[in-house]
Amino acid sequence: MRVRTLAVALLAGGLALTACGKEGGAGDTGTAPSQQVAADVKVEGSPTFDKIKSRGRVIVGVKEDQPGLGYKDPTSGKFTGFDIEIAKLVAAKLGYGDDKIDYKAIPSAGREQALINGDVDYYVGTYTINAKRKEQVAFAGPYFTAGQDLLVKKDDTSITGKDALKGKKVCSVTGSTPIQKVKSEGLTEPENIVELQTYSLCVEQLEQGAVDAVTTDDAILKGYASQSPTTLKVVGKTFSNEPYGIGLPKEDKALRDKVNDILEEAINGGAWQAAYDATLGQSGSSADKPVLERY
Amino acid sequence: MDVLLDNLDLYGPGFLNTVELFLISAVGSLVLGTILAMLRVAPVPVMRAMGTAYVTIVRNTPLTLVFFFFALAFPALGIVTADTFGGSAADFFYTAALFALTLYTAAFVCEVVRAGINTVPVGQAEASRALGLTFGQMLGSVVLPQATRAVVPPMMSTMIALLKNTTIAAGFSVFQAGAISANLAERGENQLIGLLWVAVFFVVLVIPMTLLQRSLEKRWSIAR
Repeated sequence: MRVRTLAVALLAGGLALTACGKEGGAGDTGTAPSQQVAADVKVEGSPTFDKIKSRGRVIVGVKEDQPGLGYKDPTSGKFTGFDIEIAKLVAAKLGYGDDKIDYKAIPSAGREQALINGDVDYYVGTYTINAKRKEQVAFAGPYFTAGQDLLVKKDDTSITGKDALKGKKVCSVTGSTPIQKVKSEGLTEPENIVELQTYSLCVEQLEQGAVDAVTTDDAILKGYASQSPTTLKVVGKTFSNEPYGIGLPKEDKALRDKVNDILEEAINGGAWQAAYDATLGQSGSSADKPVLERY
Repeated sequence: MDVLLDNLDLYGPGFLNTVELFLISAVGSLVLGTILAMLRVAPVPVMRAMGTAYVTIVRNTPLTLVFFFFALAFPALGIVTADTFGGSAADFFYTAALFALTLYTAAFVCEVVRAGINTVPVGQAEASRALGLTFGQMLGSVVLPQATRAVVPPMMSTMIALLKNTTIAAGFSVFQAGAISANLAERGENQLIGLLWVAVFFVVLVIPMTLLQRSLEKRWSIAR
């Protein structure tokens, strides 16, 4: 009986302890120089753009829990990161400044449906281009090329790459591509796979020593590593190719071509580099410029 | 149909796991909930207070939070860790899910059973005490059998809620029906159709429970 009372006390104590999770210090990256807002933009034959015009605002789907890429500051509610900068850049070239963008945080599992329903005009949030997804949505880009990598403790020398994961506990988001890859390639034993709701939770587990590695695209991991540079590191041996694209409604070729033009100009000009340097580049790693795939 | 057939490797094990989680935590919560209900009607004030405290606290905590304690907070506090269960992460999270579901549902089961006990006329209890039955005998052979009849429908509702609550375990490293849609999204399958199939299977799982409820009600109905 006393055990139960004790458990109750522990529950209450646990509440107090977990209520103050890891906050702050995240995504404190600078912002890229703001873009010139284009005037009198015309995109002939784009239903999405017509919708934006009549609304007078752009609705962009983004991620909110990925420092350095798409991160919402819990206190100020401001979005920062490389994906956000790309979203702003596209909006500016479509004729809409920062004050006319509404961000909608949409997790990976809801991306296609959000675009199909028209809940968002376009989606920028670590969205890997692949053939299967092209059956449901369209992609402009890629605007960045990432690859699956591993985040480990700074002092961990045993995990050198994907082939050193046997017997190690590996964490990623429930049902995500990277964890499906770990499962299908048998990189570690099934009982050592941990799937949680967000990458932040996985990183917390890693810092507590409950798991040995967190796996997902290096871009996302770099964001976390730059948050805790003294305790965590990215292994730096990518073992997949993840071209990130901007998700668009499937039938809207006019807007897709327009967004591709915008990206091309940004990559060839200085805007893309400036956006990268102000966000992901803060982690000290450089990135190659992507090559557009128009279709 | 394609979404289902192409991803049988998700749907099959996913729903098997859901059923397994459900069955174990259903049995666990029915037993624990009945014990709690006995505590709440016990003649000893301390026991009553304990039962009440348990139900009040657990019933007012969102299930996701209960999961959070067992799967993430307790290991962090060093109360139980994966090493307690032989060090395998999968076993640990599975056990955590069972605990969370069982303890949470037990609070609801307790209240349903207690409501059932309250439907039995006081005279029944007084008569059995007058015959010299102990408190335990009185509950076991006079009150609970009669209470059971009254609680079939709400108890089945609680169990159906438990079945659907198992999906929360998806976010805490237990692969089951709740994790199917996330896996499908990454494979680029149509989410809506994928989720519709998940819903269909849940309906299929709930139908036998509803039929069981009906037959029990018929079998146990008494002329009042």
